[in-house]
Amino acid sequence: MSILLNNISKNYGTFSALNNINLEIPAGELVALLGPSGCGKTTLLRIIAGLEYADEGRVILNGVDETDQHVSRRGIGFVFQHYALFRHMTVFDNVAFGLRVKHKRDRPSETIIKQKVHDLLNLVQLDWLHNRHPDQLSGGQRQRIALARALAVEPSVLLLDEPFGALDASVRKDLRIWLRNLHSQLHVTSIFVTHDQEEAMEVASQVVVLNKGIIEQQGSPSDIYDHPANAFVSKFIGQTNVFHVDSPSRLWLESTGLRPAMETQIAHVRPHDIEITKAVNESGASAIIEDWQHLGALIRIVLSNNLPHNETNTLVYAEMSNESFKQLELRKGDKVDVRIRQVHWFH
Amino acid sequence: MRWSLTAIALAFIALFLCLPLLLIITAAFAKGWSAYWSELTDHDTLSAIKLTLLTALITVPLNTVFGIAAAWAITRFEFIGKSLLTTLIDLPFSVSPVISGLIFVLLFGKQGWFGDWLYAHDIKIIFAVPGIVIVTLFITFPFVARELIPLMQEMGNEEEEAALSLGASGWKTFLFITLPNIKWALLYGILLCNARAMGEFGAVSVVSGHIRGLTNTLPLHVEVSYNEYNSVAAFASASILAGLAIVTLILKSFLEWQQAHDRA
Amino acid sequence: MSQSRIMPGFRPALGFTLFYLGLVVLIPLSTLIFKSLQLGWQDYVNIITHNRVLAAFRVSFVTALVAAAIASFFGFIIAWVFTRYSFTGKKLMDALIDLPFALPTAVAGIVLATIFQPSGILGKFLIDSFNLRIAYTPSGIVVALIFISIPFVVRTVEPVLQEFDSRMEEAASSLGATRLQVFTKIIFPNIFPALLTGFALAFARGVGEYGSVIFIAGNIPYISEIVPLLIVTKLEQYEYAGATAIALTMLVISFALLLFINLLQMWIRKRSGQL
Repeated sequence: MSILLNNISKNYGTFSALNNINLEIPAGELVALLGPSGCGKTTLLRIIAGLEYADEGRVILNGVDETDQHVSRRGIGFVFQHYALFRHMTVFDNVAFGLRVKHKRDRPSETIIKQKVHDLLNLVQLDWLHNRHPDQLSGGQRQRIALARALAVEPSVLLLDEPFGALDASVRKDLRIWLRNLHSQLHVTSIFVTHDQEEAMEVASQVVVLNKGIIEQQGSPSDIYDHPANAFVSKFIGQTNVFHVDSPSRLWLESTGLRPAMETQIAHVRPHDIEITKAVNESGASAIIEDWQHLGALIRIVLSNNLPHNETNTLVYAEMSNESFKQLELRKGDKVDVRIRQVHWFH
Repeated sequence: MRWSLTAIALAFIALFLCLPLLLIITAAFAKGWSAYWSELTDHDTLSAIKLTLLTALITVPLNTVFGIAAAWAITRFEFIGKSLLTTLIDLPFSVSPVISGLIFVLLFGKQGWFGDWLYAHDIKIIFAVPGIVIVTLFITFPFVARELIPLMQEMGNEEEEAALSLGASGWKTFLFITLPNIKWALLYGILLCNARAMGEFGAVSVVSGHIRGLTNTLPLHVEVSYNEYNSVAAFASASILAGLAIVTLILKSFLEWQQAHDRA
Repeated sequence: MSQSRIMPGFRPALGFTLFYLGLVVLIPLSTLIFKSLQLGWQDYVNIITHNRVLAAFRVSFVTALVAAAIASFFGFIIAWVFTRYSFTGKKLMDALIDLPFALPTAVAGIVLATIFQPSGILGKFLIDSFNLRIAYTPSGIVVALIFISIPFVVRTVEPVLQEFDSRMEEAASSLGATRLQVFTKIIFPNIFPALLTGFALAFARGVGEYGSVIFIAGNIPYISEIVPLLIVTKLEQYEYAGATAIALTMLVISFALLLFINLLQMWIRKRSGQL
């Protein structure tokens, strides 16, 4: 089931939450809506769900214009940020709810409901909890029950609002992989909202980056990482060194052998794109080792520039593997040659 | 310090709260069980009980429906004038009971706005049962709404949105999701509303006309008997109302406990 | 705002709310204003400045003020004892505090009158020992109003005391404050806004109270006659205009006082950084 958003705008008073959003999501994808808080990603998700109406624009699900359709008739599954499990119902009744409130002529028999609910609970591996109430579950269990509940009505689109936001770091890691596997089993078109770029990159097949109510970029995780469309995306996804080309850093960039084009103003360099070698000739070296930190398998090296007139000494971060770092046998204060493998130039 | 403060508190409670309760019982039974019983089963007492029950039976459901509707509108939607509406709902609490009675006399009394029309159509409201019901409606107006509004505000509407997203209709969402979540607060509001509806004195006294056997509610019957120096009759009726108060307090504690239990 | 709403039932719920509010509350209350408008200014002033009316206003407001103050004092102690100390029967006592809410005012009235009348249990004792007459004097009104007021104070102060962060006390003690200083400089300033709310609620209720007062007051014009009783008396004599003028005046004064207390409270909160 494909999702097509046409010129969606939404304002709260004078604040423009979404500004002319156009988005096409092919069937079967697992899409992350990624952006900083307040960028409009949750609003967009709620508009797709029908939990909010856009001021302008159309929402087309699988070729059918659902813009004015009420949430209860859109056939979507929604997993709320804090799960919104029905506190007064057991896990079983929560999952069965969507089936039981169906109109009489569409409602399956109680035996079929029972079978279906147990199947779903087995799918999320929590059938043994079917008699519990939500307040007796852990955060991760609640999340999976919320997912099972949303899946019970066989939604054509699954929408998840910050699905891992309220979980502990360790549980979050496990659930990310689990969600990805679940999606590859079910193939239901899914969109989840997140502010965590790592999560988006790890789970999603497509990432949509939002900022201040507009879409900055849409693409596969590797696409977005390797070819950021603009400075915002580049900075938001992963670590990066930012150089303003009109400042002394221009000289430094040139000292590493780069030639900025005239019209570019900003250069972004990822830490792992900076290669360090022992200085061949100390006076011609472009950087000095200031400090380093261990990040597990990687080492983060803090460099300062080695320009003759160095007024503003901006620090530059580089990363390399532990192994190669050891081989270089560097000490603080050593002068090094720097080669930049890849730069993203922005206006 | 601790003991002297506790002693002051307990002495105050004993003097102001326990002593009155004890006195009602001793005064009601001052002339023995049979005198008490004959006062209770007196025709006027019985008709006062009936009228009190009738009044509560009409006003409590109406104000309950209103309370739910008002809480739903106020907590589930944004609209202009919302805070004014919330303030207006509490208005009857800040109006003296006597003034509450007065305004209905001004509306429906002989010299009132609708006085002539009512007289021409031979409809009696003031000094009759309808007046008592209407004035009680006014007095107990905010009880249910003001219990529900803060609770539903705090609850938020995520669970209701979840139900809607699962395909539930508005009515089913209310019935299966909202109602079970607010039931204890709702019962709490109904309980307080009922206690006031059965016990209201000042406002009802203004519009009732004190016609024995016809327009005397139980609290009015207490007054009439007391003013006639019929102490046993006054305190016999008072004992029923005190019993009602005690039952109300017990149920109230129970509901408070349930609510705390549910939220934990 | 969106053109239609996701949550169901907005129109019926708000429609019914407004309709019912108008019918039961707003239209009836507006009669008070329209009826007063029919009265000329001079007539109004004549009614209000009549000595008996002025005396009733004085009695009502002074007794309500005194009662609210006394109830605040005892209510604070009771709330303190309930939240700080534990003893057997506390739960029962705590539940009993709401008795004045639940007990019909007429019942409270006759019971208090019976207790404090010269031949009553306490009335006799107070006259014999202290030559103090409670019933049928303004003191009787105060006693009835204390009874009515006590739950307002206890129920507003109790939760605030309960939630009071005791680490603030510990911090003050660790800085060398005495127990009295901890109370006057730490605890009381934090509780004061709630106490003031309780006081205001008690006062507002006391001014309008009728049922519990009339039996014990004696209702002697100029001395122990309260405004609500005066309104009833006027009504019984079919002096609708007089009753209305007095009622409207009382409502306006009560609202003004409540507003003033609310503003005062906001000011205190702001000053102590609780807003």
